[in-house]
Amino acid sequence: MRTATGAAAAGSLFGLAPLRAHALPKGRKAVVVTFGGGARDEETFMPEGQENIPHLLNELIPRATFFTQVVNRGILGHYVATASLATGVYETFNNFAAVPPDNPTVFEYFRKDLKRPAFDTWVVAPSNGFNRIGESDNRSYGAGLGAGVILPKRLLASALAPGEGNKYDHLLRDNYETPLYAPQLSGNGIELHELAEVMKLSVADFVVHAKTLDSPDELSVYIARQLMRQLAPSLLWITLHDIDVAHAGAYSLYINGIQRSDRLCAEIWRAIESEPEYAGKTTMFILPDFGRDSDTDAGGNGFQHHRTGDQLSRTTWMMVLGPGIRENVVVDRPVQSTDLVPTLGGLFGFQAKFSQGRPLTEVL
Amino acid sequence: MIAGQLKPEQFDGYPPEAKRLATSHIALLRQLPLGFLPLLLKELIVYDWKFPAERKELDKQFTYLASLSPAQFDREMSSFSGLRLSPELENFDWINKPGIFSEQLSAHLWATHQIDTFRAAAVGYVHKVNASERHEPLPLPRLGIVLVGRGVTASKHPLFRKLRPQGVYFKQVNADNAHKQLMELLDERAQAHPLAFGHWYIDGSTSDTQFHSGVTCVSYASLQSVRTVLVDKIEKAYESGMGSEALRTMLAEMRPEALGSKALSGDLILDRFQISLLTEGSGTQIYSTTFVQWAAREALRRAQPLTLFARFAPRQRERSMKEVLAGTLLTPGLDPEGSLIDADMGAYYTWLNQQRLSGSGESRFLVWFEDHNEVLAIGPEVARGAELDRPIVFEEILKQIA
Repeated sequence: MRTATGAAAAGSLFGLAPLRAHALPKGRKAVVVTFGGGARDEETFMPEGQENIPHLLNELIPRATFFTQVVNRGILGHYVATASLATGVYETFNNFAAVPPDNPTVFEYFRKDLKRPAFDTWVVAPSNGFNRIGESDNRSYGAGLGAGVILPKRLLASALAPGEGNKYDHLLRDNYETPLYAPQLSGNGIELHELAEVMKLSVADFVVHAKTLDSPDELSVYIARQLMRQLAPSLLWITLHDIDVAHAGAYSLYINGIQRSDRLCAEIWRAIESEPEYAGKTTMFILPDFGRDSDTDAGGNGFQHHRTGDQLSRTTWMMVLGPGIRENVVVDRPVQSTDLVPTLGGLFGFQAKFSQGRPLTEVL
Repeated sequence: MIAGQLKPEQFDGYPPEAKRLATSHIALLRQLPLGFLPLLLKELIVYDWKFPAERKELDKQFTYLASLSPAQFDREMSSFSGLRLSPELENFDWINKPGIFSEQLSAHLWATHQIDTFRAAAVGYVHKVNASERHEPLPLPRLGIVLVGRGVTASKHPLFRKLRPQGVYFKQVNADNAHKQLMELLDERAQAHPLAFGHWYIDGSTSDTQFHSGVTCVSYASLQSVRTVLVDKIEKAYESGMGSEALRTMLAEMRPEALGSKALSGDLILDRFQISLLTEGSGTQIYSTTFVQWAAREALRRAQPLTLFARFAPRQRERSMKEVLAGTLLTPGLDPEGSLIDADMGAYYTWLNQQRLSGSGESRFLVWFEDHNEVLAIGPEVARGAELDRPIVFEEILKQIA
């Protein structure tokens, strides 16, 4: 898009071109969108829930291969579960600790095996806890081989005027499972000064735009779109989190979160189709990290949490769409959430050596 | 600490009734595996502050376990005995801190992929304990009453969708005086069948209705000062960098006096219950709809009342990011329409929780869109999955379920 509008010239003045990824064989790209707040089938793809996902249902599913049973056999906490999605191994670390995954991430496989530069893979994540998700502490991979991680809410807090931060504390409370969560940050998360350098986005513009948005997920998608325009990474991972407001127990807010995620997924797909760097060569994966407790399990409180480990909380769905993906196809066989990484490996041509999952042949 | 070496004096830190129960069953406790015993102690240590129905449940567990032959006992405990625990858990002070042990055990079971085994064993155990008891008939069928939609003038939200298959959806109800009639019904039931914590009224706003004695009242507004103190403590914990797990422990151990509420109701058991709604519930501190739903759930689960009347009220509105960043609306207004949707789901959950109690086949349930003409009624004499479009007066519906 920037090339088409002439903005590429301005971009090159700011040194944009060297940061662009070199083209992969066939120029293949992938965008992974996870919902880091589980959504139940009842509020999404079951008949009574379909009114909440008009975009997924009417715009994306007809173009997708849809897996109806994606089972997560790991720990049902959002950070550890998302890390498990990213490593293809059911990670077992403390969900509330700011630690890297034990096993190599998809970003490390991608970069090391394919010799990709740092700017070719990014994670846009909702909260402080995800700042270590970009790379593991595996000796063979790890340091320097992971993805850049952007935590938009943290950037926003940094960008606000000194002293204003306290007013926005609740925006930073990134895990609805607990009223508080502020682990010490370390790792390779991008800082505010890098925002301008990496994405050619001034802090002022960033704040001005943030003030027009309804939710942190909208901010995440805004950042993701900036990345797509400026750096065009080949592997982009976006974790949405608004749905997790369900932990506050207000059903209408949970539904609002689902409806917003539905809309944002369609926006991301439209961005893929409209960006020249992405159009026609990008595979998009959309999946919740897991479900939420069923209404009928006495040990839980229905949609509010994901604590029982019952079948509903462990089972969710995934849709895959893009060039070469069969459209309007439903796969009913059970697959596992750990299958995502080896499937990305099959797509890009890297070997996910430590992954416990299996490539999903239906989309390869 | 090994269970087989338990001594009576190790329960000196327990409240009187809990200590009496522990020491009287110490031979049994010594036989229990570590994957089970601290979870039983977690219930036991708060025995003195439990509702009568909860005490009965715990007594029932001891009776059941004591009734098993050695072979049955071993078989019943085998799944729990087979759990692999860490040395840290084994060495933990699970006698005096069974609640913290329970949290750590839960994390350990998830991390070691043993949670499914534990879950299956726990569910099987509860079923067997329940099956071992002969349920006495209730003095009268349970009745749940839920009022939703207070403050909503008009709504396009399709109400009662999850409950409709269970009863009759009345769409043209003359509901004049319905509120008064329902309050009187609660009062009459409490008067006719007095039972400690047997009849409840839960309000998402204030509870300004005067009942005769025998109705346990809980309201969101009456806990305002406690909520303020609690939120302040959470803020301070946040500023101190306290981790989420430490915070959960802090909240779980919080006593009424720590929240400046020496006497909320004058009843220690009820005060403990009310505090637990705020310290153990998620979102109950912020949203009145969550508070009412969770309070109804916990009252049903713990006190097993004959009558439960829950009245939802509008909760505060969720502020969008741009509103927060603009610095306006520091005191958010109310969201009646969103609250109606919350309450509609809350009514369904309240019915589900009522149906988990004994006598479910005879239970009655009524939900009313307050100050509107929509009612859904459920009961053994009421048709299922039916809709009634013709006008009907509220009294007629009450006759069908009361």
